[in-house]
Amino acid sequence: MTVPITAAGTRPGSEIPVDPRPRNLDRPNRRQGIPRSTVLEMGGSAVSSLLLVWTIFAIAGISAPFGLVVCWLAAFLIIYGILCRSLYGILIAKDRLATVAIWTGAIIAFITLAAVIGYVLLKGFSAVFRGFPHFLIADMTQLGGTAKVSDLGVGAAIVGTIEQVGIATVITVPLGVLTATYLTNTDGPFARTVSAVVDAMTGAPAIIAGLFVYLLWVVPHHTAGKTGFAAALALAVMMLPVVTRAAQEVVAIVPGSYREAALALGAPEWRVLLRVILPTARAGLITAVILGVARIAGETAPVLFNAGGFEGYNWNPFSGQQDDLPFRIYQLIFQPGTVPIQAAWGASLVLVIVVLILFVIARKLGSVRPGRLFAPWTRLRNRSGPTQ
Amino acid sequence: MTALMTPPTAAVPLPEDTPIVINRSVTRADRVFRFVLASSSAVVLLILVAVVVFLAKNGWPALVAGGIHFFTDSTWSPDSGHFGAMPLLVGSVAIAIVAVLIAGPISLAAALMINEYAPIRLRGILTGAVDMLATVPSIVYGFWGLELVSNLQAAPAKWLVNHFGFVPFFRTPTPGEFIQSIFACGLISAATIVPIITSVSREVMAQAPRDACEAALGLGGTRWGMVTDVIMPFSRNGIVGAFLLGFGRGLGETMIVVLVLSKANHMTTALLGPNGLGSIAKQITLDFPTGSALDKSALILLGLVLFGTTLLVNVIARMIVNRSGPRS
Repeated sequence: MTVPITAAGTRPGSEIPVDPRPRNLDRPNRRQGIPRSTVLEMGGSAVSSLLLVWTIFAIAGISAPFGLVVCWLAAFLIIYGILCRSLYGILIAKDRLATVAIWTGAIIAFITLAAVIGYVLLKGFSAVFRGFPHFLIADMTQLGGTAKVSDLGVGAAIVGTIEQVGIATVITVPLGVLTATYLTNTDGPFARTVSAVVDAMTGAPAIIAGLFVYLLWVVPHHTAGKTGFAAALALAVMMLPVVTRAAQEVVAIVPGSYREAALALGAPEWRVLLRVILPTARAGLITAVILGVARIAGETAPVLFNAGGFEGYNWNPFSGQQDDLPFRIYQLIFQPGTVPIQAAWGASLVLVIVVLILFVIARKLGSVRPGRLFAPWTRLRNRSGPTQ
Repeated sequence: MTALMTPPTAAVPLPEDTPIVINRSVTRADRVFRFVLASSSAVVLLILVAVVVFLAKNGWPALVAGGIHFFTDSTWSPDSGHFGAMPLLVGSVAIAIVAVLIAGPISLAAALMINEYAPIRLRGILTGAVDMLATVPSIVYGFWGLELVSNLQAAPAKWLVNHFGFVPFFRTPTPGEFIQSIFACGLISAATIVPIITSVSREVMAQAPRDACEAALGLGGTRWGMVTDVIMPFSRNGIVGAFLLGFGRGLGETMIVVLVLSKANHMTTALLGPNGLGSIAKQITLDFPTGSALDKSALILLGLVLFGTTLLVNVIARMIVNRSGPRS
């Protein structure tokens, strides 16, 4: 597009070509792409090992698809290793084998993800999308007897999940953000203890949160104790460490100079938090909260003893038993017959879709640079600033 | 200093060369603010203490009734005085170990792949895929495992039992189907552990000094040589910590075990068949809603044991991970 500036007298075309692609200077350029010889060696080993194993299996009369794959992989590694060793020596052979092993491991992780999502989609598709919005609106009061999947729905469960997760979020986000601010700005035995406890609680068993809230809240209230709110409390116990840990990481990367500049200008500490730290870390904080929501929306064990699980609609989370999606799936799996199982797959699909949408939103927001996500009041301030 | 900076024609006497002390008193609003910050941090501690207190208080009757036999007896039937927590404890640990053994190599491969092997464009996608594994709810894993995985692993498990039955782990306690086993639970739980081991060990490995890695390559080493001789020695501690974190997560895994594992629990070394070892989380989930008072108390005590163990494992793991740094 642009005409290159050349020194007078140089013939066009004799300049050193400059690669216009941006380069990451920290990482030196490495040869990209796979050489043809490698492809040939790998392909040859794969084909020969498959033929070998297949012949042996055919002669021995074994039909075990899983065993075939395992033996194929083993035979492939042996043949490929021997080939590379005779061609390039032991060091290169080890490197090649390790590369194959690492790719295999990573691909297994990929396949697991695809298998879970694919299987849920396969099994739940007809329940959710036949007569489309019905499954999302109807409730479970028809369950049992001669009910078909098309009579059932997860509307009540969706309402419960939204309300319970919403309450848990409202409880944990302020607490988590304040704690994170405290932990990043303070050092001392207390802060270190809190930090360690937050770390340890992130991995605490979910069933314990359910048990705890059951003893704390449901038992003192007797039969009226099982409500959406009790379930929300249990979810909050699970969510608080997650949100705190994530918020701590986000708050820690707000440049210290911003904070110091604001303090030097005479701003009180609470204003520094509200006007400097939180707006700068906004995108990261929202990401942290959404990830926390996605994590607990699928938690079953905490709500098991606390939500109660009412089949119909109950809009009030503070009184009466309430349904929610993971709880409903759990209940349906244990019902006899095939209809509840189909409905459970439908509910699983709805849950997976909700959680994955939240996850994708969080990832998209997470890639926004700090301080770049809708800051209405800061922008307003800037606009009115120069006119004064 | 002063001599250098004093102009020769200074007429006014210079003030003392000390920095001005700005005595910025903390406003009352700030004092309230600090109190709010500190007290919100205290809430986390408070929750921990409350969990321990509530579980201990409600589990006390069972401990009194069972005594030391609580942990040594191997039949679980609290109403008839048998508090056999042994098969449950061992089972929970066994599931976590199986899960870590399966998830560990896969996670390390995925972490190395993302850090060193994958083309730059693939890195974001790979990281996203691994994180996505963590987002899928555990009840969905359990359901998927119950309907698909436990059936898929039955044939290889049967083959192992038939041909390698002399190995204690590959026996089966009762002949029959090979679904509903400890191994199946561990296999499915591995899917929930892969993300945590991958992300922690990836972060640790990324801190390996880049110049040493490049030096290894520059001296003619292979990429695998760089991994074994530079990255691994540097991040060994962190990887151990990551495995421990995964182990802690596997201990507390509830829904998968509840859905997949068979109901009975006996002491045995066999991992492949039904009616083997039990699991604490499963026992609590299934028996708690219908249990008698003493039954409930015993289950709560089990919960406290599980909570304490997980917490301990996590704290140790975090300490190891945090200490693995540029020094080792």
